[in-house]
Amino acid sequence: MMRFILPLVIFLVLAGFLYKGLHLDPHEVPSPLIDKPAPAFNLPQLQETNKQFSPAEMKGKVWLLNAWSSWCVSCKEEHPVLMGLAQQNIVPIYGLDYKDKREDALMQLSQAGNPYTLSVMDREGRTGIDYGVYGVPETYVIDKQGIIRYKQIGPVNFQNLRETILPLVAELQKK
Amino acid sequence: MKKLMILLLCLLPTFSYAGEAKDLATDPVLEKRMIGLAENLRCLVCQNESLASSHAELAEDLRREVREQMSKGKSDQEIIDYLVARYGDFVLYKPPVKSYTMLLWFGPFALLLIAVGVLVFQLRKRRQLLVQESELTPEAQQRAASLLNEEDNK
Repeated sequence: MMRFILPLVIFLVLAGFLYKGLHLDPHEVPSPLIDKPAPAFNLPQLQETNKQFSPAEMKGKVWLLNAWSSWCVSCKEEHPVLMGLAQQNIVPIYGLDYKDKREDALMQLSQAGNPYTLSVMDREGRTGIDYGVYGVPETYVIDKQGIIRYKQIGPVNFQNLRETILPLVAELQKK
Repeated sequence: MKKLMILLLCLLPTFSYAGEAKDLATDPVLEKRMIGLAENLRCLVCQNESLASSHAELAEDLRREVREQMSKGKSDQEIIDYLVARYGDFVLYKPPVKSYTMLLWFGPFALLLIAVGVLVFQLRKRRQLLVQESELTPEAQQRAASLLNEEDNK
């Protein structure tokens, strides 16, 4: 009897691992920045280049930082979702225009609409490195104390917005 | 005068080349050290390529970052810590020994121990069976003796 049970158990355990593996995305690298303070930066704004923006200005507010770029295809996919979110006025979205040309970025926003309260320009991608950005789009949920609470790797869509991001934002806003 | 001019113009490319290359590798020793370090780091974009061999834009930026930090006199460990703080242990090709990597590091040895244990157990069991089989009951011994005697009497 044991002769049959043991291989069956081994098979089931292996199948379990493989089934779980089907739903894991190896491109999603867990961020070590979760529950750590959002790295400081002081970058020129996309629209008004003579003005700067720094995350320190956002103390006391829950906000989203969305790394995007005009050359990024998945950003175009997530753009309408962000537009919808911006219209609802639930949480301010700030853009980190990652390794982009200013003209291209402005063109993109004038064509598809601008969901951002403002965007800053990270021309050389240094701020991106500080935030552990390795592929746009990436979105950070930052709380009132300036702590990163969540990182969405890849596009924001209606599902992750409804299931993860918005409940978290509501919870953080209550604190 | 004209010849001098031509000579000067001929030399011009060498100067301009030096100017451009400066951005990449001012110092071959530093570049070698950078590549040596980057070979043990993983490119986040392509994942199965090292930071040294990847052509992804992020890898280029990270190599630039490593180069700059090296020229500022940072040690290899400081640079590794800098990258791990941003991208996690994932950037390391050799994962550190931590509570949640115990299985990764020691799992194979545990499996080996279990396998050796099973092997020893099975061998002992088999030897016991052989010993039992080789021991004959008194009746069987008598039969064997009589068979042997018959053989002798023939």
